[in-house]
Amino acid sequence: MSMDPQSLWFWVLLACAAAYATKILGYLVPAAWLQHRLVTQISGVLTVALLAALVAMNTFSADDGITIDARLGALLAAAAALLLRAPFIVVVLAGAAAAAGLRMLGFP
Amino acid sequence: MTEHHDDGALLRLTPAAKTGLAIAAAISLYGISFGALAVASGLTFWQTVALSFLMFTGGSQFAFIGVIASGGSGAAAFGGATLLSLRNTIYAVQLKALLNPAGAAKYAAAQVTIDETMATSTAQQTAAEQRRGFWITGVACFVGWNLATVIGALLGDFIADPEALGLDGAVVAAFLGLLWPRLRSREPWALAVLAALITTLTMPMVPPGVPILIAAAVAVIWGVVSARKEQPL
Repeated sequence: MSMDPQSLWFWVLLACAAAYATKILGYLVPAAWLQHRLVTQISGVLTVALLAALVAMNTFSADDGITIDARLGALLAAAAALLLRAPFIVVVLAGAAAAAGLRMLGFP
Repeated sequence: MTEHHDDGALLRLTPAAKTGLAIAAAISLYGISFGALAVASGLTFWQTVALSFLMFTGGSQFAFIGVIASGGSGAAAFGGATLLSLRNTIYAVQLKALLNPAGAAKYAAAQVTIDETMATSTAQQTAAEQRRGFWITGVACFVGWNLATVIGALLGDFIADPEALGLDGAVVAAFLGLLWPRLRSREPWALAVLAALITTLTMPMVPPGVPILIAAAVAVIWGVVSARKEQPL
């Protein structure tokens, strides 16, 4: 299991460099591309899709595919808080309380 | 409301700033478990610290140590982490269009271009709040995540399970809270449901991180089609 530290350092630093490359790449696209009307239109659509994807991923992710657990309760509690026009921090706390409460009751 | 006399100063406790700080608090507590798990996976203290400081994209970091912990090769850990970071390129393009950081600020902005900063910034209505949402979330997450990593790496197994505290539920709620204000009509609702469905259904089939890229690709197609129909979202 244990890799020698020097070889592991090589992969750690290479992966850090690659992660930074993925981030900086987006800032290096020519500004002219971003002024196109289609790009602004797609950008709004993309935000909705990315946020929805992040909600789904963080609710259902599992080591091997998908699962249903206490996080679904957190999602429903957050939706209820949002319907009641609760402030953001209350929404977040409702999610945490629902997940923690369900786990205390024995849900995975 | 703050919009009426918003002088654009970065450090003001506006709704965007509060959102960013709330997210940073929840995320940072996860940093403790990252630090503890990384050391348990066989990384040294400094390798663990380097991952949080230099890589700074949580999903990729957990993927990296997950592969190492299960006996995988360094190359496999590298591949998994990099694949999970590809979505940051999409965020960066969006944030460049939104904030256009110039000069050195661009290189700092890149380092804090992650799920949380994209989500907080793009959810704001005014330019000042978008900028504030990005930088306050970014700096607060960076400081909190790195401090927490150090604590977790030093304390190791002695710390509580973040899931018992419902922190994973807090993260779900935070992303839903950022999405919610955008669901004001039928079209964004339909797109959000479609994106969530695609993400969930593809998760068992493709490597981690890829479902978000697929959802993004579908959104681009959706955007092109709806632009043709001249129906702005």
